[in-house]
Amino acid sequence: MFSFIARRIGTILLTMLCLTLVVFFLVNLEPNLKKLAISQTEMHTPADQLESWLANHGYRQNFFARYGQWLGVLPKHPITDPATGKTTQRFSFCNDPTEPTFSGVLQGDFGCSTKFKTTVGAKLFPALGATGLLMFWVLAVMVPISLLIGILAGMREGSRTDRTLSVASIASTATPEYVSGVIFTVIFASWLGWLNGSAASASQGITFYNFTLPVITLAIYGIGYIARMTRASMVEVMTQQYIRTARLKGLSFGSVVVKHALRNALIAPFTVIMLQFPWLLTGVVIVEVMFRYQGFGYTLVEAAGNNDIDLLLGCSLVSVFIVLITQLISDVGYAFLNPRIRVQ
Amino acid sequence: MQIEYINAFDVVIGVLWRFWPVWAALILVMGASFTYKKRLGLYGQLFDSGVGIAGVFICLFWLFTAIFASTISPFDPLAQVSVMKDTLPGAIEPASKLVYYFGGDKLARDVFSRMVYGSQIVLIIAPAATGFALMVGITLGLPAGYYGGKIDTLLSFLANLVLAFPVILLFYLLVTPGIMDTPIPYAMAGLFFLFPIIFFCVLFWTRYKNRPDRLYILLGITLVVGGWIYTGLVFDKDPFKIVHIDPNQLNIFVAVVFASSPGVFRIVRGLTMDIKTRDYVAAAQTRGESPWYIMLWEILPNARGPLIVDACLRIGYTTILLGTLGYFGLGLAPESPDWGTAIKDASRLLRSFIHPALPPTIALMSFVLGLNLLADSLREQSMKD
Repeated sequence: MFSFIARRIGTILLTMLCLTLVVFFLVNLEPNLKKLAISQTEMHTPADQLESWLANHGYRQNFFARYGQWLGVLPKHPITDPATGKTTQRFSFCNDPTEPTFSGVLQGDFGCSTKFKTTVGAKLFPALGATGLLMFWVLAVMVPISLLIGILAGMREGSRTDRTLSVASIASTATPEYVSGVIFTVIFASWLGWLNGSAASASQGITFYNFTLPVITLAIYGIGYIARMTRASMVEVMTQQYIRTARLKGLSFGSVVVKHALRNALIAPFTVIMLQFPWLLTGVVIVEVMFRYQGFGYTLVEAAGNNDIDLLLGCSLVSVFIVLITQLISDVGYAFLNPRIRVQ
Repeated sequence: MQIEYINAFDVVIGVLWRFWPVWAALILVMGASFTYKKRLGLYGQLFDSGVGIAGVFICLFWLFTAIFASTISPFDPLAQVSVMKDTLPGAIEPASKLVYYFGGDKLARDVFSRMVYGSQIVLIIAPAATGFALMVGITLGLPAGYYGGKIDTLLSFLANLVLAFPVILLFYLLVTPGIMDTPIPYAMAGLFFLFPIIFFCVLFWTRYKNRPDRLYILLGITLVVGGWIYTGLVFDKDPFKIVHIDPNQLNIFVAVVFASSPGVFRIVRGLTMDIKTRDYVAAAQTRGESPWYIMLWEILPNARGPLIVDACLRIGYTTILLGTLGYFGLGLAPESPDWGTAIKDASRLLRSFIHPALPPTIALMSFVLGLNLLADSLREQSMKD
């Protein structure tokens, strides 16, 4: 087991290295650098000054050297004035060093956000906290509801409850966040006026009034999928011999479901819930933009829209890490929950 | 100027009437399918359950809407009639006396016509991108599952690499205006569009390599048709000017194929690993058939059930992806009538007007729902066998 986890963590690190290299390549394409230089300098700056801005701030160094600097295996250099030899900080708003230092991701320095004029860490981690809060409430709503729907539907396969709930879960998987968000806003905010169509005030403190719409919008897309997986797993368990034995022993249907079927039927949904995280990440971006909630997704969109290189790299590192670590947890957890699976 | 309105009942009747070519085509196709359902195989079996009928109905509805879009929609989706700005549903356009059935949006365009034309964009890109993703996934997934070993490790690592990207981040990196100045989208298009040609060449080669009369005809057709479409799509140099794609549409197309082919790859790989242990594969190996013959003519046909179901779900998912792209304003032109862009434009103004938001949302939802119902019913039917 230990060597399995160690090998998986090795793969995760390799994957993160490859992916950040790809992202690094894409954000450093020539048109993107041009866009960055234009947004960081005064209006109508002539082309040669844009070029010198890029060169001054180290964007014209060798691609791999810059990747190494970001990673922290090569030293970052300050701006050196060629005439006087005096050094100045690359970005004064980030407390960049005035002498060459090793300061990259490995040292815990995620770089400097050119859009928000602060360090990436100062922007990214509060945003992650805000998104974590949103995720917590989404899972708290999504998991119990979807498991309940799945179990009720899978208990008696082919019954009317099963058919109704199955069609309802199909309908929910067919409703992406930007669709359900619009429909919920129309119903609950514009028409009934019960809830707030914007979660911008949720940064100060979440209330039922401003936080319900983002949470249910995010939850509804996942509910259908998890419910269907739970249903499939429940249907399979209910046909097993030991369920029939329990029924023939004279146990009531309810107690067979709760005591015998449930435990075995919940193994598969555990994996599915864990693998939902990558989807939730995309959903988070849509919902946070739609409801103006200042979290991770909002930061990602701002970073991508302004080609904020370091912030975007930080965002991709975080999201790739979340995706991979949830996969690992789901595999390990599955092996723990299901004694028939043994990991070599 | 005072705008006149027709009442809600007339709006409903008017909309239903505008869809007349769709109803006519639906009656024809559904009627024929019902009559001959015994002879239509898997497609015929769909008509045995209510879910299946609903799925086929919704999918065909949008298919015919896309085909007859120019007849159905009363206005040009991009035309702006300034007096009709933000009008409510049922407003009569003073010049032509035609009705804005679902009202006008903030740029005074007809919401109804835009919804109808939006179906065209979705129904062209989504199935085509899914088709290419299937080709790429199958061509790579079969050897990975069949040979295992190093090929499998490498291809699986690459697939997991793409799958580890949150889709939205991938799109923000791949579908930007700047990237069209670089050769990246064209290189990726050049790579992905090679796969169908390779697939069909290998398919015919393995089957007919001992029958040159058939082989050369089929290979010739594949290369000529494939090469023609390839030059049209990748280089935009189709000599007959028929196959043509806008650079930004090509960019979207490539990004969508790139994002969804690893999923197909995984499914095909899993199915191949399962099927290659069957007796008929062992029999083919004993006969001395080549590995690619076994993969394409023994394993692939037996994996078609789950693949068809997955293709249905994937078209729906691609539709959602296209909507996401539109919602974030990536790739598609800002005035494009596709549903995602329409939802984006309308959702910013929900506080004042809700009517431009509802038609595209309901359209997108119903189309994806139809595909999911279809997939569910197909899955149930194939489980029965």
